[in-house]
Amino acid sequence: MIKPIHLALYLPASMQNPVPHIIHDQIFWITPERCIFWEEENTLIVADLHLGKTGHFRKAGIAVPQSIYKADLQRLMAMLYLFKAERLIVVGDFTHSTANKELELFLKWRKDFSALQIDLVKGNHDILEDAWYKEANVILHEWELLINGYLFKHEDKRYKRPEVENAKYTFSGHLHPGFKLKGQGKQSLKFPCYFFGKYHCILPAFSRFTGTFLVEPKKGDVVYAITGAELLKIG
Amino acid sequence: MNVQDTKGYKIISAWLEAKGFRPFSFQEATWQHITEKESGLVNAPTGCGKTFSVLLGALIHFINQQGDNYKKVKNSGLQLLWITPLRALAKDIGRAMEEVITELGIQWKIGIRNGDTNTTERANQKKQMPEVLIITPESLHLLLAQKSYPDIFRHLEIIAVDEWHELLGSKRGVQVELALSRIINCQWKLANKKPSVWGISATIGNLAEAQEVLLSPLDIKGVTIKANLQKQIEVESIFPDEIEKYPWAGHLGIKLAKKLIPIIQKSKTTLIFINTRGMSETWYQTLLDVCPDLAGSIALHHSSIDRELRTWIEENLHSGNLKAVVCTASLDLGVDFRPVETVIQVGSPKGVARFLQRAGRSGHSPDAVSKIYFLPTHSLELMEAAALKSAVSENMIESRPPMILCYDVLLQYMNTIAISDGFRSEETYREVVSTFCYKDLSLDEWQHMLHFITEGGNAMQQYDDFKKVELTDGIYKINSRKVAMRHRMHIGTIVSDAMLKVKFMTGGYVGVIEEYFISRLDPGDVFTLAGRNLEFVMIKDMTVLVRKSNAKKSIVPSWTGGRMPLSANLGKKLRQMLDITAMQNKLSNNDELNALWPLFNLQKQLSHVPNENELLIEHIETKDGFHLFVYPFEGRLVHEAMAAILAWRISRIRPITFSFVMNDYGFELLSDQPIPVDDTNVYELFSPDDLLNDIQRSVNSTEMAKRKFRDIAVIGGLIFQGMPGEKKKARHLQSSASLLFNVFNEYDPQNLLLRQSYQEVLDQQMEESRLRDMLERIQHSDIIIKFPEQLTPFCFPIKVDSMREDLSSEKLEDRVKRMQQQLESS
Repeated sequence: MIKPIHLALYLPASMQNPVPHIIHDQIFWITPERCIFWEEENTLIVADLHLGKTGHFRKAGIAVPQSIYKADLQRLMAMLYLFKAERLIVVGDFTHSTANKELELFLKWRKDFSALQIDLVKGNHDILEDAWYKEANVILHEWELLINGYLFKHEDKRYKRPEVENAKYTFSGHLHPGFKLKGQGKQSLKFPCYFFGKYHCILPAFSRFTGTFLVEPKKGDVVYAITGAELLKIG
Repeated sequence: MNVQDTKGYKIISAWLEAKGFRPFSFQEATWQHITEKESGLVNAPTGCGKTFSVLLGALIHFINQQGDNYKKVKNSGLQLLWITPLRALAKDIGRAMEEVITELGIQWKIGIRNGDTNTTERANQKKQMPEVLIITPESLHLLLAQKSYPDIFRHLEIIAVDEWHELLGSKRGVQVELALSRIINCQWKLANKKPSVWGISATIGNLAEAQEVLLSPLDIKGVTIKANLQKQIEVESIFPDEIEKYPWAGHLGIKLAKKLIPIIQKSKTTLIFINTRGMSETWYQTLLDVCPDLAGSIALHHSSIDRELRTWIEENLHSGNLKAVVCTASLDLGVDFRPVETVIQVGSPKGVARFLQRAGRSGHSPDAVSKIYFLPTHSLELMEAAALKSAVSENMIESRPPMILCYDVLLQYMNTIAISDGFRSEETYREVVSTFCYKDLSLDEWQHMLHFITEGGNAMQQYDDFKKVELTDGIYKINSRKVAMRHRMHIGTIVSDAMLKVKFMTGGYVGVIEEYFISRLDPGDVFTLAGRNLEFVMIKDMTVLVRKSNAKKSIVPSWTGGRMPLSANLGKKLRQMLDITAMQNKLSNNDELNALWPLFNLQKQLSHVPNENELLIEHIETKDGFHLFVYPFEGRLVHEAMAAILAWRISRIRPITFSFVMNDYGFELLSDQPIPVDDTNVYELFSPDDLLNDIQRSVNSTEMAKRKFRDIAVIGGLIFQGMPGEKKKARHLQSSASLLFNVFNEYDPQNLLLRQSYQEVLDQQMEESRLRDMLERIQHSDIIIKFPEQLTPFCFPIKVDSMREDLSSEKLEDRVKRMQQQLESS
């Protein structure tokens, strides 16, 4: 069982301080650990945790190291402690597939955070029985969640059609956005990133066991590329 | 006992005589050793009856054992296992064997087992094995995945490994090694005897080692039988009308296309070998443009062309209906095409062995002369023609170093034998270390691998449901049918890129193309495949739909791979050719070097022509900056690593940044400030001391390892590619190799597959041992540093390559022309 330990044990020693990003009149702290802290609501926002993904692979005989799952959980815990968040919003793909033993570890972990409210806006991977969410004390939202005029949903199709306006600013996931930094010669490196359009934000996948989909910011868009323990703002 | 006195020999030689043949002495020697139940290696060129050396030996042995009953005995069980690298060869060999057996009246059946064998046939084979089974390494492993497979090998007398030189040095060769170790021990346990193993190989530099690798599981030295039949080879260069003093790669060849027409016309059938698929498309078009009469009698053959079309081309090569075929390495191997009279090699073949193999595709009978033309793609390549001629006359053929400790292949194999009857750790470990590949596998590493397939590496026991191989009563076994079925689909070591079928909107296949190439195209873009201009319409159900296009311009896909580096042997020969040129002031009696005289003369005036014991370095300043050109002639991979190491070492003298470019002859460092390399430090900069550390510091080995990891992860079973025919792949089990690589790098750095990828980078990507040899050589040679006032003929092709990255091909051509004019007038 994982006991709450001092924060410093989990955070990379060199992690850059979170960067404030202001939307309307509210402050959203962008972190290099793939999550956003919403100051006014005392809420941590994450996308695409894919809990149990390593377990799903391992069940099929593909030996992916399980420590990546453990590390994901520990990072999440460290972030919750860092911001003293009271609420966690997951914009979809909380778990990866059907139930497996790895999810039991999460249930145990959950008990240490019983005061934390967890809201899940369902994503395409969230296919567990309702009973499981009940046991995990997770509040389900079938399509979207609206808080104070900010909308949360799993997939925001506006990445493809940015011209479509929406009065409500939307946070979403699903895409696993990544950004390609080009260097000298033919070198280039790919990093997970946050994508901020005029009316919507796409979060990077929280789980480190995920690939990326390259996004190309247009004029007015802002991208924060996560280069290891640091953030690089583009645009 | 002398084989000539046996009944079998008498029957076989009578049969041969009736057909008007006499056995070669190497065949008789092989028969002698086979009847004495020995093992060994037969070294003979293709088309010299090497198949018969082993097959007839097996028959003689069988007749001798059966005596007068030899025509009556039926269902003798598997007698001869024939392992071949190519499916296409299997059919041909099968036909030849069928003929012998029918005419001799022996009751043997010939079976073929490969990816094309249907299930009924497989089931029949399971019931009653044919006496001869022709099989690929992959299918052989599939056989080992079959329940109660050891029984198949109970009566096996001979295992023949055909084209062993092709398999050696690849992971398919390792598969053969493992299968041999298994079969030999199966028989030993069942019947207390061992089969003979016979390899058949063309000449390679390390023939003795090839034999050692093959016979390692038998733990014997074996015999070597050499055919000593020298194939006559005639090499002729195609000379440009005028030698460019400033050569650059890739553009001269096409201009010479018209010179090929008379060669094609006067020859019955011609094979034109091009190094890359992309260039072969261009050549096919060009030949048709230059000589429209060829339409209909010329074809294009490369590995992206639809298999049916390729088969059609091969059949028409057989029947002599085609005048010429433009091809790539896709026709290097395979069945004999007797009508082929002439071979043309366009551009550097990169190695002596490959050049000989291609030459051997013409004049396909023991005493015919093989004729090969060499067409240079830039004038300096003429020097390679001279080098090749000299290397051929000295029989200086490259080695094929065998692969060592391929953990990925072993993991796959462990799962394979866990599917069928399961295995015991101690017994299988002993078997595995009897092979050459794994002779240094430690018990520790073995335990690590067992741990990996049973526990999935280190895990949180309580929260884990990893399941693959299970240990019950000391036996490692896979019990899940699903896991077993999935593994069967993935047996093999050839990993190809994700390919999509290309099909016309109206129906009809064109070929296949890499997914990543298509992903960069937009609908409406025109590309070339199989000699046709095609407009990309859309992708549907994993198929690329296209329509015909009359557009003048099209994109020729640039395929990855196909960029072989110059071999060490050819590099050495090139340095010797320069030596001849450097030593003599006036013309040598060598046509190619003769023709290059104006170029060498200019090189001498401006700089220097190095002899065999010299390394030339040129400092040149242009408006682009400060260039340092180095010419080791060691192939592009070694040059790439060397350029990075040199840049790193120089930057320790003074902080300085470089960009670098290389080709097979040399490399360039370019900087915006003077490069501090001079007489005082140059030997130190090229020192072999601390090489490994400097490699790790200078070369981005992580990125390189990531690329190697892809194949390793697929072979090692970490990447699930989906079942064939499945329209929608099991997405929730997919992950990219690069993601897995990052995960292992960060969370399980000791993983054996990960370590293997770094080792492969060192051995294959950097050719570390060759790099070291080169540095040792340079330490004992004179380093000549020159300061030419302008670009030299040697550096020009490298300089052009460095511009190629930023310019479109037309712009490049314009600019190169201008540079050439400026340089020649100055």
